[in-house]
Amino acid sequence: MTDSKYFTTTKKGEIFELKAELNSDKKEKKKEAVKKVIASMTVGKDVSALFPDVVNCMQTDNLELKKLVYLYLMNYAKSQPDMAIMAVNTFVKDCEDPNPLIRALAVRTMGCIRVDKITEYLCEPLRKCLKDEDPYVRKTAAVCVAKLHDINAQLVEDQGFLDTLKDLISDSNPMVVANAVAALSEIAESHPNSNLLDLNPQSINKLLTALNECTEWGQIFILDCLANYTPRDDRESQSICERVTPRLSHANSAVVLSAVKVLMKFMEMLPKDLDYYGTLLKKLAPPLVTLLSAEPELQYVALRNINLIVQKRPEILKHEMKVFFVKYNDPIYVKLEKLDIMIRLASQANIAQVLAELKEYATEVDVDFVRKAVRAIGRCAIKVEQSAERCVSTLLDLIQTKVNYVVQEAIVVIKDIFRKYPNKYESVIATLCENLDSLDEPEARAAMIWIVGEYAERIDNADELLESFLEGFHDESTQVQLQLLTAIVKLFLKKPTETQELVQQVLSLATQDSDNPDLRDRGYIYWRLLSTDPVAAKEVVLAEKPLISEETDLIEPTLLEELICHIGTLASVYHKPPSAFVEGSRGVQHKRLPARAGSGESSESPDVGQPGGAVPDTPPAVIPSQGDLLGDLLNLDLAPPASSAPTVTPSMQMGAMDLLGGGLDSLLGGDIAGSPAMGAGLASAPAVMPASLGAPVSSGLDDLFDLGGGVGMPTGAFVVPKTVWLPAMKAKGLEISGTFARRAGVMQMEVSLTNKAMSVMTDFAIQFNRNSFGLAPAGPLQVLTPLSPNQTTEVSLPLSNVGPVMKMEPLNNLQVAVKNNIDVFYFSCQYPISTLFVEDGKMERQVFLATWKDIPNDNETQYQIKDCHLNSDAATTRLQSSNIFTIAKRTVEGQDMLYQSIKLTNGIWVLVELRVQTGSPTYMLSVKCRAPEVAQLVYQCYEMVLKN
Amino acid sequence: MIGGLFIYNHKGEVLISRVYRDDIGRNAVDAFRVNVIHARQQVRSPVNNIARTSFFHVKRSNIWLAAVTKQNVNAAMVFEFLYKMCDVMTAYFGKISEENIKNNFVLIYELLDEILDFGYPQNSETGALKTFITQQGIKSATKEEQSQITSQVTGQIGWRREGIKYRRNELFLDVLESVNLLMSPQGQVLSAHVSGRVVMKSYLSGMPECKFGMNDKIVIDKQGKGGTTDEAGKSTGKQSIAIDDCTFHQCVRLSKFDSERSISFIPPDGEYELMRYRTTKDIILPFRVIPLVREVGRTKLEVKVVIKSNFKPSLLAQKIEVRIPTPLNTSGVQVICMKGKAKYKASENAIVWKIKRMAGMKESQISAEIELLPTNDKKKWARPPISMNFEVPFAPSGLKVRYLKVFEPKLNYSDHDVIKWVRYIGRSGIYETRC
Repeated sequence: MTDSKYFTTTKKGEIFELKAELNSDKKEKKKEAVKKVIASMTVGKDVSALFPDVVNCMQTDNLELKKLVYLYLMNYAKSQPDMAIMAVNTFVKDCEDPNPLIRALAVRTMGCIRVDKITEYLCEPLRKCLKDEDPYVRKTAAVCVAKLHDINAQLVEDQGFLDTLKDLISDSNPMVVANAVAALSEIAESHPNSNLLDLNPQSINKLLTALNECTEWGQIFILDCLANYTPRDDRESQSICERVTPRLSHANSAVVLSAVKVLMKFMEMLPKDLDYYGTLLKKLAPPLVTLLSAEPELQYVALRNINLIVQKRPEILKHEMKVFFVKYNDPIYVKLEKLDIMIRLASQANIAQVLAELKEYATEVDVDFVRKAVRAIGRCAIKVEQSAERCVSTLLDLIQTKVNYVVQEAIVVIKDIFRKYPNKYESVIATLCENLDSLDEPEARAAMIWIVGEYAERIDNADELLESFLEGFHDESTQVQLQLLTAIVKLFLKKPTETQELVQQVLSLATQDSDNPDLRDRGYIYWRLLSTDPVAAKEVVLAEKPLISEETDLIEPTLLEELICHIGTLASVYHKPPSAFVEGSRGVQHKRLPARAGSGESSESPDVGQPGGAVPDTPPAVIPSQGDLLGDLLNLDLAPPASSAPTVTPSMQMGAMDLLGGGLDSLLGGDIAGSPAMGAGLASAPAVMPASLGAPVSSGLDDLFDLGGGVGMPTGAFVVPKTVWLPAMKAKGLEISGTFARRAGVMQMEVSLTNKAMSVMTDFAIQFNRNSFGLAPAGPLQVLTPLSPNQTTEVSLPLSNVGPVMKMEPLNNLQVAVKNNIDVFYFSCQYPISTLFVEDGKMERQVFLATWKDIPNDNETQYQIKDCHLNSDAATTRLQSSNIFTIAKRTVEGQDMLYQSIKLTNGIWVLVELRVQTGSPTYMLSVKCRAPEVAQLVYQCYEMVLKN
Repeated sequence: MIGGLFIYNHKGEVLISRVYRDDIGRNAVDAFRVNVIHARQQVRSPVNNIARTSFFHVKRSNIWLAAVTKQNVNAAMVFEFLYKMCDVMTAYFGKISEENIKNNFVLIYELLDEILDFGYPQNSETGALKTFITQQGIKSATKEEQSQITSQVTGQIGWRREGIKYRRNELFLDVLESVNLLMSPQGQVLSAHVSGRVVMKSYLSGMPECKFGMNDKIVIDKQGKGGTTDEAGKSTGKQSIAIDDCTFHQCVRLSKFDSERSISFIPPDGEYELMRYRTTKDIILPFRVIPLVREVGRTKLEVKVVIKSNFKPSLLAQKIEVRIPTPLNTSGVQVICMKGKAKYKASENAIVWKIKRMAGMKESQISAEIELLPTNDKKKWARPPISMNFEVPFAPSGLKVRYLKVFEPKLNYSDHDVIKWVRYIGRSGIYETRC
């Protein structure tokens, strides 16, 4: 006879029959009936109508039958609360049973019956059971407190069960301890601020002792609880770690992962130079690798966690690349995760192996996996510069396979490689163009269009190619439309003569025929830019692109820290904080890693994870991976390149004017008229143009630019007092003294003209020789009235930086010619480099780190600034007013390190590290810049700003 | 914690459904069926979040086991629990199949009630469970017996009951290794490791204290340095192996292993897995596969594979099977092999070459001509690796059992009275050569 028959009863009138059987006198028949009821319940039939009959069977000494009835009760009591009361007596009686198994069963089941009236009756039996002589009953009662708390938290507190539960942590039986810990941890989660667990060195010691003795599950509860504790100092932290490490050899993977969590967390507190720290790091690798020989589902959990661990502490697994190689029979979810980790571990040392593997994977069957493998090759190219060439040739091989999705994926990654290494691999463009027709995915199309636009000058038929895309403009996805718009504008700026029609077409498609606001806005920006000032347009659209980050998909550092605290749990599998998928108050608490003892590290530090090193060595750079749209907008933020001002052909100007006539003026007319750029024309393209353009664009993208106060800077900047540039003796009575300043974002040359001659001077004009930064007067020298003898007039001359460029010696030398009705006079002066510091010179922290690393060390120059008595904060404010922006501050052993960035008008970035020792008047200045010549000037500028 | 546990058959019909937490509704059962079992696209993760409820699943033959939760549970623990649940069920009623589950559903509910309380896993050692979950109805156990049961279930040695007696004290140690290899077509080892298990069957009386020793490099080096017996150190030192990592059954005292690297324990009764280990250095690769694939035109492939056995000639490898993948558009295959039998299996897209036995230091070869149907499929054949299965009577890692000492101070038998058997079996894990 088998029990499976219970699953197949589908007769009509079944319930009625069951009722009769349940009330039968024969024990065996009763039991059979209850089994049938449970089977029906399992498959989802509603058998709640039998409630009274089933409860009647409860009074039995047959334990099996009793358990079945209890199971029924747990399921239906909630829907039949009044009748559930009938069961209470039996429960209370069972709690007094001499058999501990029955006592435990009663208290376990009662806790699962979520009926308020029953919970009242539960308190007394529970109180007794918590103090039962039998550990089996106590461990069951401990969990029951958590159950009761879930039903009625207030009741649990009022009845003092929490204190009893706390006492159980000192129980002699390890399993009781473990369950008490589990129950308390759960209750504590819904009371975030209560000190319920009250972990202190004594209780921690108890837990650590119980850890050695309890079941594998109990060990998990205890380790998870330990992970919430914050040791008082590094010594306590070390001693806990020492007692947890043996768990790494447990056969249960969950025990291992929970132990890893405790170690990863407490390691934060250990000083890095400690021998034990190194030992611990070494001990972590083998168990993590062993997890990969577990069953596939566990491998998956382990890999998701290893992904986090590798980001937090890459050193642990850096030599274990091979174990992440994909096996042919791995389930797909394991394959994808392994691939991710392989890329994270890829370095110059192992890149050859990794590439060979990736190439192998790119020929597999699973589409997702193949795509990811191709993408991984691209990421390797960007991450390991030495491998770029091999990666590109591998990608080309893959394109030759003509497998559609492989080709598309390859094109997407090649675009990124072009971004990272401009002007290196363009020879492959021809091959890419051959595959134009096969691209049917938006991302690949957008990437291809970007490539065509970016290299329009090298692709003979770029206009034809882009035109072919334009035909179905409205059927394309937004991503492609935006890219197409930008690409055609780029093409127009590069080949203005032939492509006027095309650009007009795309602009009108984007602005008039589209209802996508992003597209329209971008269309208008380009249109206005082109019609207003093609030179500026060129500077904006064809500007140098920002660095592309080596690491993409990195988890943002604060989230990473939180996830490290959740190793082993669902949060670590989803890579999301618990609050993202847990409802209610549970798990809303954000866990943090403890701070390292003994370093007063401020949260401003750019490298939170790695105090101690002077220069951050592995920047946790994060860039948004959907960089297409954002990246392009970013272009707008960039200053014009340092090359000489572009010459504009008349035809182009004509084209631009044409566009203006093309209906745009009606829409923007008033606006344009009011714009300062409008009147300035070609001759003096205003230097403020990019910034003022950038500002409105960026308003929604605070995280991308930091223009706060960029335009309209208060005039707090330090201005050198005027000095005599041209004595009267040398200039037939005209004495010129002056200085340079930067006011409201505009460079100014402030001159005092004094007439020391006898006759009146008129008709002043000024001209600059070619100079290092292309400074030029942005307007005429306006001396309004004739200058009478012995009269002085003050004139400020706005300057632009679009003049012709020639490197001068010294760099900031400026040769000036001033003309008046008497003669032409020549003199030279030197402008402080701070005049060139632009307002949007605040670099993003990530970019700073990446750039600092990127600039070769040879370009670093160090200076000492002596006798400076400002503290670091005062220095920061003072420097800030001269557009020297402090990006981050770190305090190490009483020394303040300020990380500062400066941007020059020609787009050159200067990065500075300023070290201020409290109580010492000497500052240390390290300057890093791609153009090392400016370092000396920057130093002078610091001297001046700080000492005046 | 775990909010509920469901077992389904391959059609998605519920066989077992046990809900532990109030936040899991009945609809969760259907959500899993609809979104995972019946999902249009095969689900690609063992963890799925459906409507803010997380589902963990494992499959055993065509049975789905799913654990459900709405909280941030310990994911590793949930999977370990599901595996454990499978082990317990197997220990009680054998293979996990629809029939067996339906036949034992009352037992399964009873087990689920015992080993998972409010979603917290409790003692799940079958040795202990079998003492009080018997499906025999309640036994009128004496009070002593009852308290013995509870103290065992909750006690420090939850895996063994007291009072076990055997007339003949006997133990069997099996060192089971699976050797994994990935080799390039040129014969370069891309990755190789051995994952081994020491499985023990113990039939010992009382509460015996055991100590297990093997040729672990760290232990041997330590002894060598201690200067106990220089000669012994030298002679064994050469054969010692470097163990990358090992994990132990919960009976092993981990802190003792951590501090002294000695493996001491009180074993469970019957069969269990004492330890698992992993090695990557100095692995003896029992076979070398040398592939040669030549594409002759577009409709023909020539394959030649040589296998060489690489161990003592006195030993015999068994159950050798070489699996040579063939393209999907294969129309016919002609095979010639010197030894064993080879067959083209169209359903598996492979030529399977079986050899019953092969001694060490021998070599054998197969050659095949594969006719292909012409296709216009642009995608090239992926050339899956050639895989191999075998069994050899030694441990490819080089692991040797040095001793297993048994002490039972309370009973009158000594280490010498225990009959001990040790056996080594090396099997192929994933043993692949790319071609």
